[in-house]
Parts: sequence; structure tokens; C-alpha cells
Amino acid sequence: MDFLPTLWFIIIAFFWTGYLFLEGFDLGVGMLFRGFARTNTDRRVLLNTVGPVWDGNEVWLVTAGAATFAAFPHWYASLFAGLYLPLVLVLLALIFRAVAFEYRGKMDSDRWRSVWDWAIVLGSFVAAFGVGAMLALTTTGLPLNANGDRVGGPFAWFSGYALLGGAAVVLFSLVHALAFLTLKTDGDIRLRARRLLVRWLPVALLPMALWAIVVVLAGGKPVTCMTLAVAVLGAASAWLLARRGKDGLSFAALGVFLVAGTATIFTAVFPIVLPSTLDPAFSLTVENASSSDYTLGIMSVIGAFGIPAVLVYQGYTYWVFRKRVSAASIPAAHAVVPQ
Amino acid sequence: MEALEIARWQFGITTVYHFLMVPLTIGLGLTVAVLQTAWYRTGKEQYLRMTKFWGKLFLINFIMGVATGLVQEFQFGMAWSEYSRFVGDVFGAPLALESLLAFFVESIFLGLWIFGWKRLPKGMHLLSIWAASLATMGSAYFILAANSWMQHPVGVEMIDGRPVMVDIWAVLTNNTLLVAFPHTIFGAFSVAGGFLLGISWYHLWKRRRDGIDTVGADGKVVVGSNPAIGRDATDHKVWLQSLRIGAVVAMVSFGGVSLTGDLQAKLMFDQQPMKMAAAEAACHDGTGFSILSVGDLGSNDCDDMVAVVELPGLLSFLANGDFTTDVQGINTLIPEYQERFGTHLPSDPIYGERAGTEIDYVPVMEVTYWGFRLMITFGMLAAAAALVALWIARKGTVPESKWLMRLAVFGILAPFGANSAGWIFTEMGRQPFVVAPNPDPDGIDNVFMFTAAGVSPGVSLAELVFSLCAFALVYGVLLVVEVKLLFAYCRGGVPSAMPELLKQQDGDGPEDGSKGKDDDDVLAFAY
Repeated sequence: MDFLPTLWFIIIAFFWTGYLFLEGFDLGVGMLFRGFARTNTDRRVLLNTVGPVWDGNEVWLVTAGAATFAAFPHWYASLFAGLYLPLVLVLLALIFRAVAFEYRGKMDSDRWRSVWDWAIVLGSFVAAFGVGAMLALTTTGLPLNANGDRVGGPFAWFSGYALLGGAAVVLFSLVHALAFLTLKTDGDIRLRARRLLVRWLPVALLPMALWAIVVVLAGGKPVTCMTLAVAVLGAASAWLLARRGKDGLSFAALGVFLVAGTATIFTAVFPIVLPSTLDPAFSLTVENASSSDYTLGIMSVIGAFGIPAVLVYQGYTYWVFRKRVSAASIPAAHAVVPQ
Repeated sequence: MEALEIARWQFGITTVYHFLMVPLTIGLGLTVAVLQTAWYRTGKEQYLRMTKFWGKLFLINFIMGVATGLVQEFQFGMAWSEYSRFVGDVFGAPLALESLLAFFVESIFLGLWIFGWKRLPKGMHLLSIWAASLATMGSAYFILAANSWMQHPVGVEMIDGRPVMVDIWAVLTNNTLLVAFPHTIFGAFSVAGGFLLGISWYHLWKRRRDGIDTVGADGKVVVGSNPAIGRDATDHKVWLQSLRIGAVVAMVSFGGVSLTGDLQAKLMFDQQPMKMAAAEAACHDGTGFSILSVGDLGSNDCDDMVAVVELPGLLSFLANGDFTTDVQGINTLIPEYQERFGTHLPSDPIYGERAGTEIDYVPVMEVTYWGFRLMITFGMLAAAAALVALWIARKGTVPESKWLMRLAVFGILAPFGANSAGWIFTEMGRQPFVVAPNPDPDGIDNVFMFTAAGVSPGVSLAELVFSLCAFALVYGVLLVVEVKLLFAYCRGGVPSAMPELLKQQDGDGPEDGSKGKDDDDVLAFAY
């Protein structure tokens, strides 16, 4: 097995896992913006738990995409072109969501806030669902021809796996956000978040577990049974810990579930990065989709410094903004009047 | 219409739009960092106010750049999958480096800066805006490295029909990049300069119109005060200093843009002679720079073109640094291109419906000719206006004329126009190639790609039409929202970024229900 392409497959899996772990809770918080959050103050509490960090979280997606382009151009080209329509929706969702985060508080008007609230809810939902569908399909396959192009029209990518992956990331993000809120807020919101977390956690993790099982059954290796077991263990402990009110440990256990879950999925499909459902010979693998060793080598050297640096300064921001946010910490709405 | 054209329109629209936000982000980011440094070192109130006000506008604009930047990262694969496969080995690396080394820094440190007021130590808070601002320039460098490679491919070898990177250093020190980067950065600062100037003019004008500032017998400003609306003497300093900074930045940037632009043009005469010939609508070899050419540019027909006003020798100077060497015209270049790259596209399915059709090596002259001239005109206008503004405001305020104020505010658009025109010119001037070949002897042979070959073969016309409409619609709506918000914050002046300025005036503390809350608990800044 070629060393560098394998390394970069692992790095990209790492970026995706990091993305799901970090943006998972801010996508979930976005989806909880209506319904769970009942008042404007509730919404502002939610918004400010992720306010300083969401943009940094989203860069994990950009980096996952760019690293795929650089390390596996054929994977990038086939996957992104193959999922053209869903990705257009994901992009529009992310655009609305980003602008909404920044603009919502910039005017003091109910109508203004209400529009951006829905942009956050729908944007978060569509982005989570779309990314989930995309990740599921890169592990279960697209109808690709010999050149790696999708055949069969704009909706040829659609399958039950797309729905499964979409549901997996949406539901994981929701419980992940609830766990995050138990850590980051206080008072009524925290209690409600914990109650919902305890009630829904087992159900919400099912689709992702099912996705992992499907992939393992299709091409699993001995080690994936172990990682799958770890994932299940993580889910069970997250639930038990949440019931006992151990918020921090429960959040960490959810993280174990996610890391073990994605490790299971990516290990099971390895060395295939994007299967063709038309002919296994057309499938893209770490070998036939990758860049040259020179390119991968250079990127490895830079990544060896860049990735740890990111972890350090991103960790630092979480430490700076570690304080809980509650209704009492929200300043008055900001009105702008002509001078 | 075919998929290729829609894909090109989409790339053009989304990129030009993205690059409305980018130069303002780059220029304003460093401006805010410098202003905050001034506050950090002197403790003067006006620098804090300037930091907060321009920082707020910076953020309103920044987020749109972030949001639309995602589209850029994804659409190579989505709409241009063949291009991505062809160039991925060399083109993907600068993009990956951009997100890993620059975009992370930008996003994370900006989050620290936005929410870090009063929570971070002052020095750390200052450091975070510097980190974010320098990272925006780092981003620009890597993205321009990718773009410069498309203009002038270096550092690769052709293996199995694809360029494979053999020297990243060559890619990151491409001579095209080394001039494009300062040119782009100076362009960004000219945008920021005009932005500061126009908005500050408006506020100085408003202070006069409202009777706060008056002009004495010697023509010098007599600064007044109306603290109830945040119009105190410091407020005057904020706008006057911002206006002067803006004007100086705009003029210096124009100098920088001109010098680097000249270097860039000399390189382009070598690297892409057809682009420069098309910029001149120069059909025949010659030395004159056209001020006005008539004829039907749209027909792209050389027989039709007459140069009405020409500056003899100038074109030669732009290209070679002397006044006598002939510069090759389109009629000379076409046979050279045909000889090297063929007269017809190969009958390869990769070219879709265009396989086997004749290649038109001349870019759309209407666009290159006018794009080049609009870029220069807008740039010169902005610099001249900055000089005049500096002179007019020398005695500490601006005239009461409403029209002059409107002119200053509209003038904000000129550097934006110069930036867009420049990019449209340089990208459309590269056509019909997406990766331009190297005509110079030391370039690598046969690294080029026709744009027609780059589009995604599997993506249908319907998908592209849908996405083009969706992006155009959403971008249009968001532009209206952004401009509306910018206007509201500009009208609100400094208090729109520092509401505490107004509250202090009431004398009886906060009137907004935050009474009684422990100050330590309330966030200094919250969404």
C-alpha cells in the first residue's frame, strides 16, 4: 500500500471527523433556534454559545474540500460534480447561515430577526443533511462511468443511503448540540437541553450507527468490528452519563462515538474513496485518485506544522470563551439610529 | 446556450461578486489593525472610536466574503471537474495551503477579536486583529499563486498528459504571482482608501449641515459639539483623520497599483501577447497606445478597427520600456497560435459539442479593450479625487455642498470598479485558454488547457441553469441587504458601533433593563 496516499486518506478522514465534531454542535444549535429556543433571549443565548467559534469550525469543511482537491483531485472532481445539485443547496444554506449569524443582531427589529432565525434553522438543517448525504454517498457509491463522471441525470445520485447519511448527521448534530448546551449554558435552557438529550440520544444515534454497520457489512475488516464496538460503547456511556447529569463526560463520550463511528466507516471503505455503482472497475481508490508523491510529500511537511498549530490556537479560543452563557449575560438589543 | 457558457457565466458572476468583498476585507482589515495599534499605544479616544466604527463595517463586509468564498472552493469540482482533474496535482496545493495556513487563522482570530473586547488582555486582543488581517493577505497570496499558475504555468512536468508538480517553490515564486500579489494588495487598499474617504466626507458634511461645525473668517473649521447624539469634538477628529488617512492611502495605493501594473503588463506582453494585443484592439504591429479606437469591437473583426486617437510610442513603452520596438498585433499573433495549438479543437469527446470546431484565439475585444481602460480610468479618477479631497479638507472640514458630498460617497465605487474591470480583463483576456500556454522560451512546453475542455462532462445544462439562477438571485438579494446594513451603520456614525457613547449622556446609567446585572457577567459584545 502506498504510504503517502494512505496518509492523506487518513488526514482527510480526520478533517471530516473534526468538521462533524466541531460544526456538528453549531449546526445543531442552529436547528434548535426555533422550537427549542422559545424567546428572543433564548435564541441569543444559543447564538452566543457558538458566536465566537462557528466560523473557525466551518473552516474544517473548507479544508476537507481543499485537501481532497489537492491530494485526490479525481475524488474531488467526481464527488463534487456528481453531487452537483445537493452541493448547490449546501452552499446556499451555508451562505444564508453565515450571513444570518453575523447580521441577526445588527438591527433591532422583530421582522429582521425572524427572517434570519429561519435562515439559521433551515440553513443549518440543509447543510447538515447535505453534508451527511455527501459523506454517505462517498462511502456507498455513485453511478460513475470510466472517466469518473456521474451518468443518469441530475438525480442519479439519489438513494436510500443519501437519506440515511443526511438523517445521521442531522440527528447526531442535534444531540451533540444538546450536550454542548448543557456545557455552555445555564438555567432553564441547560435543564431543558439535558432532558431532551437523555430522551432522544439513543434514537438520534441510530442512523449513524446503521450507516456504519451497512458499510462494515459491505467491506469491513476485522478492525472495524472493534471500532464499531467502541462507537456503540461511546453512545451507551454518553446516554448513561447524561442521565446522571455528568455533562462534560457525556459530551466527551459522544465525541468517542463520532470518532469511532467515522473511523469505522472510513476504514471499512478503504482503499476505495468513491465506489462506482456501475462497475467496481470504475471505483476511485486512494491509488488511482491521488496526486503525485511530490505534491503529497510537500503537503505532508506543511501539514505536520499547520495542523497542530490549528489545534493549538483553535483550542485556545475555546478556552477563552469557556464561560457559560445565560439569559443574564445577554446585553440589550443593539439599535442603530441615524445620527 | 450550452453548458460551457453557463458554467463560465456562473464562475464569472460568483467570482466578480466575491471579489467585491475581498479587497474591502483586505484593505479595511489592515486599516483597523493599524488604528487599534494607534489606540493601544496612545490611548487616544478617537483611535478607539475609529477602530470600533471601521471594524464594524469591516465585519459586515467580511462575512459576505467568507460566505461567497465557500462557493469558490467547491465550484472547481462541481462545474469544472475536467479542469480539476487536469490541474489538481499542482492547483489544489495552494488552495489547501490557503485554508490550512491562512483561512483558519483569519476565521479563528477574527472570532477572538469580535468577542474578545474586554475579555482578552489588550495586547492579545490587538494581536488577534493583526493575525486575522495578515492572514487575509496570506489567503490572497495562495489564491493568486493558483491563479498565476493558470496565467503562466510553472514548476510542473507533463506526465501522462497531465501537469505534475515538481517544484512547489517555482509555483509559489512564479514571476506572474510576484507582480500580481502587490498589484492586488494595492488595489485592495485603494478600495479601503476610497471607502474611508467617502464615508468620512459624509459625516464631516453632516456635522456642518446640522450646524455643529462652522467655518471661521480665516476659512478654518470651528468645531462644535452636540454630545446628545454623539457629535462631540472627538467625533470631528474621527472623521477628519479618517478622511485624511483614506485620501493618503488611496493616493499611495494608486502609485503602487501603477508601478506594479506596469511590471505586470510588461510580463503579460511576454507571457500572453494575445491578451495585451486584445487589450489594445491592436490588429497590426505598432508602437502606439490607443486612447480611442472605433469600429465594431463586438464583431471581433480586425478589418473593422480604426484607432482614432493614439499616443505614439506609449504601447511600446508599456511592453518593452522603449518607444520604438514594434508590439505584435492580433493579425501577426493568430497564425503563430494556430501553428502551435492548431486551427481546430481536436475531435475529442472532452470538448463536447465544440469538438472539431475552429478555435478563435482572439478574446472578446469589447471586454478586454474597455476592461483595461475602465480599470485605469477608475483608478486614476479615485486617486485624483483623493488629492482634491485632501486639498479641500485642509482647513479641517468639507464644504456644505450636497452634490460634492454625493460625489464623494459615489466615489467609493470607483476603486471597486477598477478592481472588477481589471479582473474581468485579465481572466477574459486569457481565453480561449483556461490554463494559458507559455510562449516564452524558458516556459514549459505544452502545458495548457482550452476552457472548452474544463467543464464537467457529467453535469447537465439544466443543473447549471438552476444553480446560476439560484446564485444570481441569492447574491442579488444579499447585496441589497449588505448595502442596506452598511448604509444604516454609516448613517448611525460611531454610536452605531459604540452604543455606550449615547448612554453615557443620559447620566442615570443604563436605561435598557441591564440595570442591576453584574457587569462582569454581561458580554461586552454579543450577537
